[in-house]
Parts: sequence; C-alpha cells; structure tokens
Amino acid sequence: MALPVAFFAVFFAYPVAAIVGRGLRTDGVWQFGRIGAVLSRPDILDVLWFTTWQALASTALTLLIALPGAYVFARLDFPGKQLLRAVVTVPFVLPTVVVGTAFLALLGRGGLLDELWGVRLDTTVWAILLAHVFFNYAVVVRTVGGLWSQLDPRQEEAARVLGAGRLAAWRRVTLPALAPAVAAAALMVFLFTFTSFGVVQILGGPAYSTLEVEIYRQTAQLLDLPTAAVLTLVQFAAVGGILAVHAWTVRRRETALKLVDPAQTSRPPRGVGQRTLLGGVLLSILLLVLLPLGVLVERSLDTSGGYGFAFYRALQSADANGSTFLVPPLDAIGNSLRYALVATLIALVIGGLAAAALTRRRAGRLVRGFDALLMLPLGVSAVTVGFGFLITLDRPPLDLRTSWILVPLAQALVGVPFVVRTMLPVLRAVDDRLREAAAVLGASPLRAWREVDLPLVRRAVLVAAGFAFAVSLGEFGATVFIARPDNPTLPVAVARLLGRSGELNYGQAMALSTILMLVCAVSLLVLERIRTDRSGEF
Amino acid sequence: MNTTTKYAATALAAALGVSVLAGCGGADDGAAGAGAGGSKTVTLVSHDSFNASDAVLKAFTKETGYKIKVLKSGDAGAALNQEILTKGSPRGDVFFGADNTLLSRALDNGLFTPYKAKGLERVAADTQLDADKHRVTPIDTGDICVNYDKKYFADRKLDPPQSFDDLLKPAYKNLLVTENAATSSPGLGFLLGTVAAHGETGYQDYWKKLKTNGVKVVDGWEQAYNEEFSGSAGGKKAKADRPLVVSYASSPPVEVLYADPQPTEAPTGVATGTCFRQIEFAGLLNGAKNEAGGKALLDFLISKRFQEDMPLNMFVNPVAKDAKLPELFTKFGATVDKPATVAPDKIAKNREQWVQSWSSLVVK
Repeated sequence: MALPVAFFAVFFAYPVAAIVGRGLRTDGVWQFGRIGAVLSRPDILDVLWFTTWQALASTALTLLIALPGAYVFARLDFPGKQLLRAVVTVPFVLPTVVVGTAFLALLGRGGLLDELWGVRLDTTVWAILLAHVFFNYAVVVRTVGGLWSQLDPRQEEAARVLGAGRLAAWRRVTLPALAPAVAAAALMVFLFTFTSFGVVQILGGPAYSTLEVEIYRQTAQLLDLPTAAVLTLVQFAAVGGILAVHAWTVRRRETALKLVDPAQTSRPPRGVGQRTLLGGVLLSILLLVLLPLGVLVERSLDTSGGYGFAFYRALQSADANGSTFLVPPLDAIGNSLRYALVATLIALVIGGLAAAALTRRRAGRLVRGFDALLMLPLGVSAVTVGFGFLITLDRPPLDLRTSWILVPLAQALVGVPFVVRTMLPVLRAVDDRLREAAAVLGASPLRAWREVDLPLVRRAVLVAAGFAFAVSLGEFGATVFIARPDNPTLPVAVARLLGRSGELNYGQAMALSTILMLVCAVSLLVLERIRTDRSGEF
Repeated sequence: MNTTTKYAATALAAALGVSVLAGCGGADDGAAGAGAGGSKTVTLVSHDSFNASDAVLKAFTKETGYKIKVLKSGDAGAALNQEILTKGSPRGDVFFGADNTLLSRALDNGLFTPYKAKGLERVAADTQLDADKHRVTPIDTGDICVNYDKKYFADRKLDPPQSFDDLLKPAYKNLLVTENAATSSPGLGFLLGTVAAHGETGYQDYWKKLKTNGVKVVDGWEQAYNEEFSGSAGGKKAKADRPLVVSYASSPPVEVLYADPQPTEAPTGVATGTCFRQIEFAGLLNGAKNEAGGKALLDFLISKRFQEDMPLNMFVNPVAKDAKLPELFTKFGATVDKPATVAPDKIAKNREQWVQSWSSLVVK
C-alpha cells in the first residue's frame, strides 16, 4: 500500500496541486473568487454543457454496440477469435491524429459515405460519437467479456432447470454478476469521452470544444493558469462525482463469484439466434473498427505509381525525410516499445499492489477512498500533469525534467487505473475462504496470494498488462508535452510527418500508423497467447 | 503487508534496472539526475519543428568541443510557455523558437540573458527586433501565405487570387480553407496579416465579408493542408475540394521535394500579396548552467554553415545575408517582396482580443 501511495503522491498529486495552486494563489493568498468569475462566463458554460452531453451519448452508444460484442467474445467460439480480439483493441492505442485522419477519410468529403449516399458527417457531432465508439469498443469487450468468459454457465442452467425462463435466468443470475464489470466499463468510457481531446479537436472542428481542449488551450497556448486551474477543479469534481456513484454501485453488487476457466465456457454458436447475433457483431466490427483501419492501410500503399511499398521503404532512412528526424522513423518503433515496456512494468507493480490492498476485507474507508483517487489521473488532462511536472520535479534528487523516465512515468499514471479496474472485480470475486484455508495451513500472506489469487487472476493480469501496454504505445498528450531528448515515439513521429507537406511525408505517416497498428496487434496477440506454468511470474 | 511491499519494491527496482539495461541507456547521454549541466554538453530547448543535419551538429562539436542535446516539448506556443513556467531554473541553456507573435511574452518575462552573437553584422537588419539589447538573436524567417492549386485554376482558365482583397471576389467563393487562429500558428499569422492590411478596426469587416464568401475554418494546419486543400498530395487522395489554403511560402518546394517522381513544376503556387512574415528567435536562457556553451551555440546558429543547412530541414529562410538558398527554394519557391508585419508590442497587447473577436465573428 505504501508504494502506490508514494508513487501517486509524488508523480500525480503534488505536481497537479502545484500547478492548480499557481493558478489560484497570488502572493500566498487563495483567490477562490476566481472560480465564480470563470464559471459565469458563457463560453465556459457552453464548453461544460457540450462536454457532458457528448460523453453521455458516446457512452450509451458504445454500450449499445459493444455489449453484444462482449457476449460473443465470451461465450461463442468462432475461427479467428483471438486475432479479432486483438484487432478490436488496436483502435484504443492509435494516436488521435491518426484516427481523426481515418475518420475524415470515411465520413468527410469524398469519403466512403459521401460516395455511396452523399452523406458527410465531418464537423458534426456524429463523427465525434462514432470515433468514440471506435476508440472504446475494446474497453467494454475486454472488461465485461473478460469476466463473462469466466462465469460458470451452469449457474444459469441451474436456474433454467428450476423453471426460470431464458431471460429471467440471465437477469437473475448473469446480469448481477456482470454488473460491476459493466459499471466499470461504462465508467471508463464515460471518463475517456468526457476528457476527449484529439478526436474533438480534429473531427469537431473549431466549433466544438470539450473541457480538456479548453484546459489545453488555456494552459499551453494562453498560459492563463487561473482559468485552467478552475477548469481542472471542475473536471476533478465531475470525475470525483462519477467515481463516488461508481463505488456505491459496486459495493451494493459485489458477491463472490464462481470463476471457471474461460476455455470451458465458450462453444461454437448454436441455433439461429446465436448465429444472427454473431453475424451482427462481426458486421458492426467490420463497419466500425476494421473499415477505418483499412482506410489507413489503403492510403499507406497508395503511391503515385500505383499500389506498392514505396512509403515503407522510405521509412528506413533518415535522408529520405530531408532529415525530419535525426534517426530513421523506424527507430521510433524501438523507442515506443521501450517506453511502453517500462510504463507497463511500473503500472503493473503499482496497480497490482493497490488492487491487492483494496481487496482486503479489513480495508477501511481510507483505502477505499484511495481506490477512487487512483482513477483520477484518467480525469486530469495530460497538459496539467506535464506542466505540473515542470514546476515540481526540478530539484535534485528528483530533477527528472530532462530524463527519459518521465515519459513512461506519465504513461504509467494513465495505465494504473486500468490495471486496478481490470484486476479488482476478479480479485474481489476470489472466495476469501480459500485464502483463509491457505493461511490456516501455514502459508505466508505472500505465498497464499501466489498460490490462491495469482492462478485465478493471471488472466486479469494479462488483460491489464495488455491495456497498460497499449495505452502507453499510443499515448500522445503527455509524450508531446514532456520534453524529451530527441527520440520520438511512434505517435509523435506520425504527428511530425503529418505536420509537413508533400506526398512522401503523408504516405510515410500512413505507413507508420499502419506499422503502429500492427505492432499493437502483435503485442496484444502475444499477450493473449501467453500460457505461463503455475509460477508466480508475471 | 510488509512482505508484499518489500517484494514489490524489489520487483520495481528490478524492473527499472532491466529497462535501463534493455537499451533505454543508448538513447540518453545526459542520464537522469543532474540535469545534464556538464560543461561538455550544451542543451537546446525547442519546439517539435526544430531540425538540423547530423553532420552539422557534429561539426559544432568538433569546432567547440560541446555536444548538443536537443529537448523538444510540443508546439511553439507550448514550448515557450514551459520556459516561462520554469524561468530561473531552466531545463537547458538556449531556447529556440520564440517568433515575433510571441516575442513580447518572452521578453516581458525576462527569460533571456543579453548576448550579442558573433557575426550578427551579417544578419538582415529588419529581422533584429531587439537590436538595442540583444536579448534574442534572429535565426530564420518564414512567410505565411495563401497557397493555390495550379491545376484547379488552369482547368477553369481562372486567375488565382493575389491579394487579401482578391479573396473577397465572388469568383473565389467557397474556395478558401484556413486554420483556427486560436490554436494554429499559420491561422494566427493569416489573421495578423489581415490586421496589417486592413487596420485594427477594418479587419473585422474584412472577415465578415470573407465569411460571406464561404471561408472554411478547420482546427489545424495538418487538416487544412492534407485533408481540405486540393493541391496537396494528401488532399488529392482525400478528393479535397478547396483549391486555396493558408500555408507557407515554402510549401510548394516541399511538395516537389517529397513527390515521387519529382515534377518539373510545383503543383501549387503562392499568392504573394497575402503573406505575413514570421521571424524566429533564439536566446541564452537566464540561469543557464552552461553559459559559455550557450553563447557558442548562438554564434553557431547564425553561422553560414548552420544557416545554409536550415532551409531543407525546417523549410524556413536564413537570416544571414551570406547564406545561399538551396536550388529547390530558388527554383520552386516564391519570393515575397512586401510581407505584412505587425509590431511585436502591438501583437502582445491586442492578440487575445483580436483572436477572441475573430472567433466570435467566424467560428461561432
């Protein structure tokens, strides 16, 4: 418990408090009057209103489209399932710059919809909502589906034998067991869309602005720290409120579940209903996830001399870029993987410890409060954290401002909540009596954890690792703001290439995005496939 | 709990150890800690667009014995604001990238130690905006201008626009795409250009007319140029339908350089009467750990060698009069004789208000 708290205090609470303090204090006196002044501005109220309703709409739409997907991935067997599961997670890690480009190609002028039906959705709210579904589909499928696949179907069957109808059995048995995971997923999606930045900037055009975009503008562009501080506090309050509601629902619903090996619970689809559902889900994945990704691939191959790999070849040398980079863009892949690896390790250790501490029955109110605190990094903008680092981590022994470790640290901050969210429902569902039995038989707490919890949660650990890894691979905000010696990550490299005119640059940006997609998909596939023996290794 | 914590601490230490061994070491010489203030390293803090050839950076090390470490942090505005936040305990020795639209903010915050760079007499006088104090040294200039798609206008036997006033003509209705002046530097430059051309009161009227004539505003340069402008490579693929875009005078040469095969003529042209001049400066940071190295670096940034290397790395024009432009620029670029300018102190005083009234006029 001590380690996560210390990590959280030094790398999150302190920097954010410092930057907010800088905005709200003059000569050591708190100026709380500024809060009212900022919140009475009509332009700020517009931003608040838009932020809230688009997040609600995005969350509802995502659940509607992704819950059937979660069921299909959890309960049905079909060829290519592993691959598809990895593929739907790819969007989650793509830099928003790339996603914006892909969606413009689909929904904008001359895009697919335009050619087929003359429909143009760019600069409308629909483009933003669809892009949000695209981003967050995997969150629901992995969080809900991960648990669903481990629920024992025989419980539902028992209810059926006892005379419950199919729907009633599902509603009485499966739904209550799933509820915490659904709530967790909905909460995450809401948080993500509430704090959406790149998507809104690119697809919404200048007319739509979320709180996050406004904080970025006020901080990075205008250096209006008072306004930024007030907005940060508003975001804090909103996120805190959401988390409080969430904690309350989870506490009411948590019961020890009987978890089984996911391999036993899925079967090939039987009957018309299941086949139709499978077909529908595959179609929605095709339209929403594969199509935008496909557009990127198509553009990366579409050279002026017909289709070919010219752009990919150009990536290998620094010269072809007029030395846009001092290193070939391909080196960015190595940089990205290294950062992501370090960030994942940090997130797993911190998040794992926190989750373990939170599942203790003796965990008091204080610890539960910490649970909510751990989620806060998701609701704080990258620019706030980055600028907070600048003014706090500037003295030895913690002068990290020019160190590479700052990037994975910032990425891990965003990864930890994922690790905690993914592991907590599963850890809490482990029957305490097993732990007690181990303790009675003389196992140390660590041993008990290793022999009892770990085998049951290994899958959750892998899912969590996959998420943390993916998040840091595509993380763009913090990576851009935090000064780094010039070794660009993939998203930064893509953004730089897009920031230049010329066919080769555009093509290389698309090629690099495609490579980023593949790297993510492969990394996630490897994680899915890991079959460790019963050792306590991650 | 104790054992768990110990175990975890060991794991974390091991993890960090492993990662350092895994090769993160190769990429950073100024490892964590002392802020890389060794007398043999000079640190340049800049925005993401800074670039120089490897050979040129090595030449500097050979001449002076200092290794250059480059730190990049976001776009021009964000990078400068980070320096302002950390003033007094800077992350580096020299900052590059304060342009004339941001210069007053940098100077008013006392970011820089005055230093007159060696060879300053070779630098064009009209770029030296702090000539009496030398707190900053001009390094490069660039022009923000409307670019046009040559093919579009040739096909329709229509002359492309040449001035701000031309853009209001019915012949060019619904053809222009520009960037959000609040978030994008070319967008801001274009707005300032209209202020220079039509005055501090007349510019609002100009934008009302421009809006009536169907100007489209998108958030950033990337989207405007690669997605909306029909003359760029990206725009062609996206079947873009706006043949006029706010970009840079150096964009046409770049289109040529990165086309495969390279055409004999640039696909895009520059409307030379719509230009706003940007000048970028560098300065020695107040509280720099390596002042001597910082001064040597400033001398180097205006040296002939660096100035001639710059155009093809950053697509900007040199300020040193003895630096020759590469053929690509002379052959495909446009020379802008009378770019619009607005005095830095005037920009500092009015920028927020201009941008805000622009937003309410054009975006909302």
